[in-house]
Amino acid sequence: MLKAKTTKPENARPFYARHSKEQLRNALRRMWLIRRFEEVAEDSYVRGLTHGTMHLSIGQEASAVGICMDLTNSDYITSTHRGHGHCIGKGAEVKFMFAEFFGKEEGYCRGRGGSMHIADPATGNLGANGIVGGGLPLATGAALAIQQRKGQDVAVCFFGDGANNEGAFHESLNIAAVWKLPVIYVCENNQYGMSVSTERSTAVKDIATRAAAYNMPGVIVDGNAIADVNEAMMAAIELARNGGGPSLIECKTYRTRGHSRSDRNRYRTKEEIEDWKVKDPIPAFENELQKFGVFNLAEIEAVRAQVETEVAEGFAFAQSGTNPLPQSVLRDVYTVSGAA
Amino acid sequence: MSMRELSFAQALNEGMAQAMEADPRVFIMGEDIGVYGGAFGVTGELVHRFGELRVRDTPISELGGAGVAVGAAIAGARPIYEFQFSDFVSLAMEQIVNQAAKMRYMLGGKISVPVVFRMPCGSGTGAAAQHSQSLEAWFGHVPGLKVVEPSTPEDAKGMLLAALDDPDPVLIFEHKLLYKTKGHVPEAMYHTPLDKAVVRRAGKDATVAALGIMVQKCLDAAEILAGEGIDLEVIDLRCIRPIDAATLIESVKKTTRLACVYEAVKAFGIGAEVSALICESEAFDYLDAPIMRLGGTDSPIPYSPILEKAAVPQVEDIVAGLRSLVTKRF
Repeated sequence: MLKAKTTKPENARPFYARHSKEQLRNALRRMWLIRRFEEVAEDSYVRGLTHGTMHLSIGQEASAVGICMDLTNSDYITSTHRGHGHCIGKGAEVKFMFAEFFGKEEGYCRGRGGSMHIADPATGNLGANGIVGGGLPLATGAALAIQQRKGQDVAVCFFGDGANNEGAFHESLNIAAVWKLPVIYVCENNQYGMSVSTERSTAVKDIATRAAAYNMPGVIVDGNAIADVNEAMMAAIELARNGGGPSLIECKTYRTRGHSRSDRNRYRTKEEIEDWKVKDPIPAFENELQKFGVFNLAEIEAVRAQVETEVAEGFAFAQSGTNPLPQSVLRDVYTVSGAA
Repeated sequence: MSMRELSFAQALNEGMAQAMEADPRVFIMGEDIGVYGGAFGVTGELVHRFGELRVRDTPISELGGAGVAVGAAIAGARPIYEFQFSDFVSLAMEQIVNQAAKMRYMLGGKISVPVVFRMPCGSGTGAAAQHSQSLEAWFGHVPGLKVVEPSTPEDAKGMLLAALDDPDPVLIFEHKLLYKTKGHVPEAMYHTPLDKAVVRRAGKDATVAALGIMVQKCLDAAEILAGEGIDLEVIDLRCIRPIDAATLIESVKKTTRLACVYEAVKAFGIGAEVSALICESEAFDYLDAPIMRLGGTDSPIPYSPILEKAAVPQVEDIVAGLRSLVTKRF
């Protein structure tokens, strides 16, 4: 059950067989959108145009897109502090994300949330979360709401390796298993909870093995291979939509940037980072697409160009956004304004 | 209208049953609320009427359970989560304080969190320090939450139904010693406001702002003092967040004296907030005596019945305190 899947050399594998050319193009577009959005956001921060902090997922794009690409807007996700990829994967528009970074009214959270709280309920995105493990009970609860209304949707919970040692992880997985909730737990194991490696923090080598304790399937995939991620997800979705209950997917991946803006990478070597940069999920996907004859280089370059335009336009949109009024600081504390 | 009487627990039970009958989105979750009927019998027989999917026994997982309720609320359900004892909320603070309370604000108003937490609280059952606290003031400090504490069966049902129709997270503190107390409860569904105090006894010599179980104790004290010619106005605060400042200010302007009586630890509590809001208001100039706080001692709740009584204000303490209040002057 817990063997790592390997990429089959032929394009007959389900990922390529079950997705249209347009779906695959969109998957590549979203991976590039995540990458370029974060690079531009990072640059904007370095230049002092945006404040606060941000957690970049550069290197982890395959798991965000591979997990989200078959979901509909009525399927839910909960995300993490490293959540830009999940938002874009679920369909968020980068212009509203940039606007949020700039603290503008046009932002997804009207400038109240910033990088760590981007949400887009219209696409089923219940929000990124500043608390490690915070989304685990929430996704489980969203799955309970689906079960209560006898719906066919699923809830997907992204979390990192750091969250797997929080009580919320264990309590949530247990509840989901006992009640057979339609929830899919996706651990993006990027191998460090801030500076502490999983070897130093986690009693098991593979977080997916913890699924056994909660009587649900646990699968390990190469988190940098979108086809591997997506095929595990397709199986989990099928199980969840058919009353089979929850699954845990562990995507082995790596963040090539630091934990946040304050990170000086004292806990890992340059060599390790360079080794992982070679496993960059985006060129790997592009190579496969060309190898299997899905797209030629010109078509791939067209996707990249489209992303550049989208990101540049989004950035400009955000810069010219509306600043919130100081007297609006109390807005949305409660649903009915002035309620308390 | 008939003067049908129910206990506080029956009133809550009836409110939950009527809400589940009226709205398929409503369900209850908590520890031992199914066939056991709840540690204090509040859910009673509901599982037999509504089934195990709508009266859900949870594992003993307060963080997970409360958080799952929050998650269900943001995804379109109307959950009621019963804490077996409100003391156990310490295990679930993350989901209530960091998630439920802040989600709407943090997400720019895109989402509401219509979850109801029922919080059995208070001392007097001999259950000692970890099962007897009154922690409502903790949540008064958290914008985004609504915090109420009914003192009568009628308010218990009305506030529960109002909370279920409210789009924001509401914590209802229920003093365990009130569960068996009886009073008139209308049969129909009705709302008791979640932001209004109520004058339970009108008087002119001093205002007594009381919370939860202390309301009846203050009314008893007021009866005793009436025999001495002291005429007290007793206000049932009912709501901690938002607190009804207007009712308090109006009363203090009339009586010129104020005491705040509550079971929770006196320091950093409701009394401090009530006192401060009066001091910041136009009622300050009307005060003829320093504001008095009567609250729990600076100790955990002890086990021995003698000590347990000594740890929270009793009627005789309130009588003594209020007697001195009405003769004090600056």
